[in-house]
Amino acid sequence: MGWALAVAAMLAVVAVVFVARPFLRDPAPASDRLDELAPEARKRLALAEERDRALAALKELEFDHRTGKISDEDYRAQVGPLRRRAAEVLRALDGGEQAPNERLADRGQHVR
Amino acid sequence: MAALGRAALLLAFGLVLYALVAGSYAAWKRRRRLAVSAQNALLAAFPVTLIAAIILLVALGRRDMTFVYVWQHTSHKLPLGYALSAFWGGQEGSLMLWLLVLTGYAGLAVWLNRRSRELVAWTVPVFGLVGVFFAFMLCFVSSPFNVQPGRPDGNGMDPSLQNPYMLAHPPLLYLGYVGLTVPFAFAMGALLSGRTDERWIVATRRWTLAAWTFLGVGQLIGAHWAYVEIGWGGYYAWDPVENAALMPWLAATAFLHSVMIQEKRGMLKVWNMILVALAFNLSLFGTFLTRSGVLNSIHSFAKSSIGGWFLGFLALMIVFSAVLIRWRLPLLRTKTKLESLVSREATFLYNNLLLVALCLTILWGVLYPILSQALRGNERSVSGPYYDFFLHTFGLPLLLLMGIGPLVAWRRASFRSLGKTFVIPFTVAVVTGVVLLALGFGSSWPGLLTYTFSAFVAASIVLEFVRGRAAAGGIFRLIARNRRRYGGYIVHAAVVLLAIGIAGSSAYQTQRERVLRPGQSIEAAGYTLTYTGLRGVKGSDYDGYRTVIAVSGHGERFQLNPGVNNYFIEGPANEASIYHDPRSLGDVFTKASLAGKHTTNIDLQVFVKPLVNLIWVAGFVFVAGALIAMWPDAVEQRRLAARYAAGAAPAGI
Repeated sequence: MGWALAVAAMLAVVAVVFVARPFLRDPAPASDRLDELAPEARKRLALAEERDRALAALKELEFDHRTGKISDEDYRAQVGPLRRRAAEVLRALDGGEQAPNERLADRGQHVR
Repeated sequence: MAALGRAALLLAFGLVLYALVAGSYAAWKRRRRLAVSAQNALLAAFPVTLIAAIILLVALGRRDMTFVYVWQHTSHKLPLGYALSAFWGGQEGSLMLWLLVLTGYAGLAVWLNRRSRELVAWTVPVFGLVGVFFAFMLCFVSSPFNVQPGRPDGNGMDPSLQNPYMLAHPPLLYLGYVGLTVPFAFAMGALLSGRTDERWIVATRRWTLAAWTFLGVGQLIGAHWAYVEIGWGGYYAWDPVENAALMPWLAATAFLHSVMIQEKRGMLKVWNMILVALAFNLSLFGTFLTRSGVLNSIHSFAKSSIGGWFLGFLALMIVFSAVLIRWRLPLLRTKTKLESLVSREATFLYNNLLLVALCLTILWGVLYPILSQALRGNERSVSGPYYDFFLHTFGLPLLLLMGIGPLVAWRRASFRSLGKTFVIPFTVAVVTGVVLLALGFGSSWPGLLTYTFSAFVAASIVLEFVRGRAAAGGIFRLIARNRRRYGGYIVHAAVVLLAIGIAGSSAYQTQRERVLRPGQSIEAAGYTLTYTGLRGVKGSDYDGYRTVIAVSGHGERFQLNPGVNNYFIEGPANEASIYHDPRSLGDVFTKASLAGKHTTNIDLQVFVKPLVNLIWVAGFVFVAGALIAMWPDAVEQRRLAARYAAGAAPAGI
């Protein structure tokens, strides 16, 4: 019983030290504020997700066309709006620094 | 030893309580150091719980009968492996396994995603909340460390649990049940933090797949155990405890499909949250069913005092998740709409509706007898035909959808394109159906439809690989480029094998039973089984007998020896004897017992089960597909890391 209590107490001390470590290591931090995504960063993240979705959709469309799931006619009808959407998102992400079509062409090559 | 175990559990309780309270406060008040401190408490809870678990395992290994738990579930004659498996054989031990796996998973998941502080800060208290419940139960309600004056021997273990499968089946199920806490905690963390983007999905994608795989494999192993050990001639009896594992698996299957729509189209955010909460709450409900003693089943060994606590916690978690989803509804709503009812995402949606409908009908089948007993005082059981009806109603369209889905393009597909892609699978299915009908398989319409739909799905999977290979320039390149999709197709192939095995062994099985004198025979599906004699058997903790049954038919001759073991402490148990036919992939399954006390006549039951072994083969294919689907993809990880780096939160997937 005695040794069990001693081991348990030791275990508790180790656990408490580990839990208190952030305070022991950094007793007077310049800032104790938890990171938070700024509204602008959130917006960019949403755009990045949208960009990935748009590019993935183009990739899927291309693959479905190549495997015969989509006819040439359907492919032509769908690829335009998807490219436009991808271009819009890229433009919004890049803040208009680069022409959407140029960027899309780069991405498009990568996609294929 | 027991005192140290109790102390370790108390410490674990303190740590998870701290993770809950300090973690919530830190996330609410945006305190960085306190949030990391709460995270550390969660990390520390695992080794502390592990110490408690090791103490119990040592006590079980030593058959230390001063531990009430050891005395209840083992005996000195019980082999060491089974004595150790008693860890999850009883209520207290299995609760500890829950806590052990939970703290391990929670620590690892939080550590891997530690850089996403905003999300993790709210995820830690959710893990803490679940941990507090289990640690509280272990410390104050159902302790595995209760002691008593030493007794000469224990109660032993149920003979049916003395099977190698029992070393793997319960831990795998628990790895699955508890694994569903990870997506739940991150999903609730996302709602609490307002981070309803895809970060939580990225963080938990593989965790969900792993938990789902463990649950699936655990159930298959359990089914095989029931088949070879219980000796009633089947592998799944719609027992509430079996259903308890099936329900969260179905909900998780629905989630794994619908989450792809969120990733690809940004849709179904609310639905995915509901599915994650449903899967988690069903896993809690499953543990409640198996461990509360609410059911009279072979798995529910002990009536206990934990039922009320469990029910209260389950209600709390349901309310907690429902309120959070309702609160964040404005953030979860999206503008994207389904473009067409003939599209891949639409088939996923139909698949989701069918899976959830099947899950809820099974839930009602489990709940109805309990509610009937609680409210009216009379127990009404829901039997096989109820479940079979809904399995046919929802399961067969689901099987068909598995073949349709991959052939349909994302967004929208024209009927002309569909006609082209469907022609081969449709032809294969029709030819299969017609040939089988001509061969006499029309005796069971569900069986015939299962085979026909399976042919359709198999053809569509093969077609996907063939066309994909041609487009990608090689099979390995094809799989490497989209592991999730092609791993998923392999899992679909496993489901096809499973469906064929189930249909063959249930819809087309032959069952015979007769009392035989030595020298007498019985006929079953072309086999002649002759009872030729009886012999005794003896083991370390049992004696008993085996019948000698000479079998001939289909050009084969072999012997089967079903009988009974009389365990010294636990009592009698049937021992089935099975012949696996490598040509038909079916079994000749026999069970036998003496027809009376002073006779050598036996009551022999024979089941001839065509294709039953495909069910077990499906398990291996399922694991292979799941492993491919969850195998890390370096290109995708770099892409995700770049995406979250832009949001100042690198992905630690």
